[in-house]
Amino acid sequence: MSAPTLSAPAALVGSFTPDVFAAHLASLPPSLPGWWVARKRAAYARFASLPMPTRTDEMWRFSSIGTLTLDGFTLDAAASVPLLPIGIPKAAQLVFANGRLVSRELLSSDLVARGVIVDTLQNALVHHDALVREHLLAQPPKLGSPKFAALHEAFLADGAFIYVPRDVQVALPIGVFSHAIGATSAVFPHTLVVLAENARATVIEYFGSDADTSAQFAAGANDLFAGHGAQLTYIGKQDWSHRALSIQSNSTVVRRDARVQSLNLHLGARQARHESLSRLAAPGAFSEMLALTVAEAGQEFDQRTLQIHEAPNTKSDLLYKNALRGTAKTIFSGLIVVDPDAQKTDAYQSNRNLMLSDEAEACSLPGLEIQANDVRCTHGATSSRIDPEQEFYLQSRGIAKEQADELLTFGFFEEVLARLIDHDLHEALRLLIQTKFKK
Amino acid sequence: MSQLEIKDLHVSIGEKAIVKGLTLTIHSGEVHAIMGPNGTGKSTLSKAIAGHPDYTITSGEVLLDGASILGQEADERARAGIFLAFQYPSEIPGVSIANFLRAAQQARMAEGEELDASAYYKRLYSKMDLLKIDRKFTSRSVNEGFSGGEKKRCEILQMAMLEPKFALMDETDSGLDIDALRIVADGVNTMRGPNLGVLLITHYQRLLDYIVPDHVHVMYDGRIVKSGDKSLALELEAKGYDWIKKELAASAA
Repeated sequence: MSAPTLSAPAALVGSFTPDVFAAHLASLPPSLPGWWVARKRAAYARFASLPMPTRTDEMWRFSSIGTLTLDGFTLDAAASVPLLPIGIPKAAQLVFANGRLVSRELLSSDLVARGVIVDTLQNALVHHDALVREHLLAQPPKLGSPKFAALHEAFLADGAFIYVPRDVQVALPIGVFSHAIGATSAVFPHTLVVLAENARATVIEYFGSDADTSAQFAAGANDLFAGHGAQLTYIGKQDWSHRALSIQSNSTVVRRDARVQSLNLHLGARQARHESLSRLAAPGAFSEMLALTVAEAGQEFDQRTLQIHEAPNTKSDLLYKNALRGTAKTIFSGLIVVDPDAQKTDAYQSNRNLMLSDEAEACSLPGLEIQANDVRCTHGATSSRIDPEQEFYLQSRGIAKEQADELLTFGFFEEVLARLIDHDLHEALRLLIQTKFKK
Repeated sequence: MSQLEIKDLHVSIGEKAIVKGLTLTIHSGEVHAIMGPNGTGKSTLSKAIAGHPDYTITSGEVLLDGASILGQEADERARAGIFLAFQYPSEIPGVSIANFLRAAQQARMAEGEELDASAYYKRLYSKMDLLKIDRKFTSRSVNEGFSGGEKKRCEILQMAMLEPKFALMDETDSGLDIDALRIVADGVNTMRGPNLGVLLITHYQRLLDYIVPDHVHVMYDGRIVKSGDKSLALELEAKGYDWIKKELAASAA
């Protein structure tokens, strides 16, 4: 096997030079399988050759290009981690700092005996090679970030691996925490979830920084796989530093009669791109894609989604809600694709923006690409302000204007949060988002 | 003992004058009814007193216990003791009645002071029992998908919780069948007492069979043109609003 080229144009790799990559490879445990190291080398070569997105790139329409940068970042070893828990009991938990496991809470011996695995990717690559190989980064990046996807694969050091065997239900959520520590650190978090036939689980993933002034970089990804009849609830809470640049790519594959509900809360970063792909791969598959964004000050949230219906009688339901304050900007670009034999598809896509400031900007690009003739597909995007009659109604009960607007905004979020079946989870997330909004 | 004084009030919406010099004083313990044909400015009067930003008060005064409320925002007026029961209450998706009323209670407390949640729920449930409202009601979003009767009961529940000095009830009877009307009227009658003044705005005499007023005023073209006791409402029902119009035309001639 040839070594990676030792020269690469600085503009294409920024801080992620061949030397930095070589040092990264050298830092990995020697026990990792060869196929994975080979994939990482190939990914680095792709990363180093692919161009940065440009203004004319349709997949990056409306995105700020000038602020995308690969410069000024470092791969740091983390010293200590502040734990920022979501206040609900968990079945198990993994805590990463700069891509290294720093603490964990183990599964109960009962769940271990039933075959449930919550472990690091590094361990899983050694002990569950076939499972990881089948699912890890198996979906091609279709939403415009092949360069960042390659960067993620090249520098992915460690992440979470969650496996629930056939017919097993994990009642409590499984937590994964990814922290970026250091003023300029770059992180590459990854979570891989595989639910076998009729398995059930809830995974909560949390992304956070050591300080709100850290100018960090995150190129993260996750792979969610729901086997036949499985039910997966996934919550992602992105709360990076307000000076961070984040590019996250999520892929979900839903098999026959399986159901995946994902809810992403977007709170942090100065610029956060979130790509979300759902493949409805077999009849009866259902993917519910939810997102809530609190965009404030000069933050930019760039959300790109793809719902692919590959089989008949599949369903997808997307609801993305953004509340915008200050000079914030949000971009939503969503596409529903219905393959020729995916008859009886039921696909829904909705982006709702609540404009809480005159300076904020929301761009919406909903899209459909339908090749079957017997389908139901609906999409829509709206931007609205606080309704003055609702505001007056609350004020007429003694609630000051500012609190009235806050209450109306929480009401706006509630439509999404109320989709969560788990009452405790619903309450915990409501509290989280309200705390953030009141800051 | 409180009083609400409306003095020579003029209200416009945009350039259009709607209320044209209305004077009325209400004391605690009194129920005043304002009747009048559609488009005469009854709803405008109540919304202007409550502080709706679309209504401009061009001249006159509204005094609560001698102090003007016209410089205050709607929420300040509400906290001072004014309550508007809406003809068409807004639907507030995603905000439960319990949370909404809690926010309204919290707004009446000093800064830094926290509402006692268990005492609040105890009080809320006792008011609901009094008004014969199912407790499940509190987890529903405010007015969302409510029937006309449920919306009005929700208004009455809010009034019971907020205990205003003066309630302005704008066409509370509109859209209600006779059973719903009776429930709403029972609610108001339950709250009636020495600490509450009520201004009932209605087009029809029907409501006044259930909430018997102390004073009845007829409003026409932005002014009160006739005042009397409850018998005036019956006379009006018998003779119709044309009777007022003719009287006015005769006195103007």
